[in-house]
Amino acid sequence: MPAPMSPDPEGGGKLLANLMYFARALRAAGLPTGPGTLLTAVEAVRAVGLRNRDDFYWTLHAVFVHRRDQRDLFDQAFHIFWRNPRILERVLAMILPQTPAEGRAEPQPIQRRLAEALGPSRAERAEPAPDRLELDASLTFSAREMLQKADFEQMSVDELTQAKAAIAKLRLPLHLVRTRRFTPDPAGPRIDMRRSLRASQRNGAGTIWLKRRRASTRPPPLVVLCDISGSMSRYSRVFLHFMHAVTNDRDRVHTFLFGTRLTNVTRYLRHKDVDVALDRVTEAVEDWSGGTRIGECLESFNRLWSRRVLGQGALVLFISDGLDRAGGEGLGPVMARLHRSCRRLIWLNPLLRWQGFEPKSLGMKAILPHVDEFRPVHNLDSLSDLAAALERPERRRLEAAAPWRASA
Amino acid sequence: MSVPASVDATLELLHSRNYIADRSLATAVFLALKLGRPLFLEGEAGTGKTEIAKVLASGLGRRLIRLQCYEGLDVASAVYEWNYARQMIEIRLAEAGGDAASIGRDVFDERFLIKRPLLQALEPSADGPPVLLIDELDRTDEPFEAYLLEILSDFQVTIPEIGVIKAAAPPVVVITSNRTREIHDALKRRCFYYWVDYPSAARELEILRVKAPGAGLALSEEVVGFVQQLRKMELFKLPGIAETIDWAEALMQLDALALTPEAIHDTLGVILKYQDDIQRLQGSEAARLLTQVKAELGARAHVA
Repeated sequence: MPAPMSPDPEGGGKLLANLMYFARALRAAGLPTGPGTLLTAVEAVRAVGLRNRDDFYWTLHAVFVHRRDQRDLFDQAFHIFWRNPRILERVLAMILPQTPAEGRAEPQPIQRRLAEALGPSRAERAEPAPDRLELDASLTFSAREMLQKADFEQMSVDELTQAKAAIAKLRLPLHLVRTRRFTPDPAGPRIDMRRSLRASQRNGAGTIWLKRRRASTRPPPLVVLCDISGSMSRYSRVFLHFMHAVTNDRDRVHTFLFGTRLTNVTRYLRHKDVDVALDRVTEAVEDWSGGTRIGECLESFNRLWSRRVLGQGALVLFISDGLDRAGGEGLGPVMARLHRSCRRLIWLNPLLRWQGFEPKSLGMKAILPHVDEFRPVHNLDSLSDLAAALERPERRRLEAAAPWRASA
Repeated sequence: MSVPASVDATLELLHSRNYIADRSLATAVFLALKLGRPLFLEGEAGTGKTEIAKVLASGLGRRLIRLQCYEGLDVASAVYEWNYARQMIEIRLAEAGGDAASIGRDVFDERFLIKRPLLQALEPSADGPPVLLIDELDRTDEPFEAYLLEILSDFQVTIPEIGVIKAAAPPVVVITSNRTREIHDALKRRCFYYWVDYPSAARELEILRVKAPGAGLALSEEVVGFVQQLRKMELFKLPGIAETIDWAEALMQLDALALTPEAIHDTLGVILKYQDDIQRLQGSEAARLLTQVKAELGARAHVA
């Protein structure tokens, strides 16, 4: 800003300076606001005027908020800042780790609320983990849900290196999906008129050489739903490595973990370093090795996420042993909905490693009619097998799992 | 008509076109009009996002240009395309006439340009700059979003064969998204953002009075009360305002003066669009909700 302090007819220098401090406070609290946004804010406030507090609120809201989940944060910051800018400053100072807490005199309720709203990540990091876990224990609904962190350290060094090496090499050769865009291709099936005419201008010989193009392809979005309940705990560690490799291999991958509740861990797994990524996942997930409530978790997936992540013809990898605490109750319709809203649903089940395995449990019986493929996944070999299987031409939906249905 | 001069005038403009809006929405609309920036509306389906563009176009007496987004939407169908058949004929004619020298100049003339919505929106128009509605932006892919950046920040399009085409006066741009995926921040930063929420009961009743005036007050109150209760449930798809209006109209067609369990049973498909949701509501659950709604309305009437 060239002259932020210059007086102007509508608010004087004070307002401009205050807007700037407000923007800085928002930035410190985690709302991305650059100088460009601030300039827009000044312009917007000038346009609307300052006759009415509500208008002022919504003016700044229109400028500073860019996502639905930022609304609460903005709301609190606004109400505190424009009542008394000092309070916000002090509270922020308390949240920021490097500055000493000096604003003890402030009333407790505001501090709490703002600390939570303005700096969730900082608050989380600052607080010791055990506190949070205890808090959650009081809210759990399953007696068997053991709130414990999965210990990646227990994987032997040998095992870990082996797994890492194999998994890092693993690529999921998903069948590419044709898009409605085209790429130039000398042997393509369609004529690219635009390029043909452009080229004819260039050669000047009076002939038009036909250029060709073909529909471009891209891998479909991938959604991984992984069971992390007690019965799966031996595998979930390896699968996390697998999911990390897959997530960083391509765009449009979404990863969810479920045991007694559903957690979206996509953001954590995006971290390039596998150890950092897995650390964050362990921190975020609170139902490691507890019970399983497949039906409820998938129901909330359908309700909250399916329209957002399955939108563009996604392929779903459903990793679970199918052993459900609730005995498969309500699982059938939920699975059917999931199956209907994706391109292909592949069930990976570690129990399939046993010879002569028959899907007899109630949970499995409820899931099986709605999956397109049913494959084992219990060691590194089976992961490579999975890659190989995905490379083979796709069979019709539901067909590949048909023999299992017959035996169930 | 020129753009409104204040938030109140904007609110009035929307009201005059039968669009009942919160003051917060009017503020965002006013800012977009006044500062010539796009308005970015996000919200669940059926909350009246698209309607705002239509209302603005008719209220301001501007032309409405609509670009419906879909996956794979590309420049050729969103911005411009050359009319190849005519270009070829032109070349052939020039050859026949022996005027080969002019071909190069003339083939990429504006005469052969097919203008798609985004380019149309940049053209000058007699009634003032048009209203450009970019509907359901979340359905396109990232490359198209990136392409929009140039258009939305500078209101200009670059056509390699002709050059840069710039709008004399920027169009009024309304972008809607159902949030089936997150739109990139770079694009949102250039817009005024507003989350269109489900309306409060009082607001919804007001909307119903304007949009379905034939429904009596008693029926409207019950319809709104019932729909508001439904929105508290964990349904796969919550009914939007559009569904409320449709439902009131459907009930009117069936000559219902008040909600009854039978009437609800017969018309449930108007408000709920998923079989799972309908199954949950059919029978006793609907009747229970209805008694609850009637009791609440009765209590309120008593107090009043």
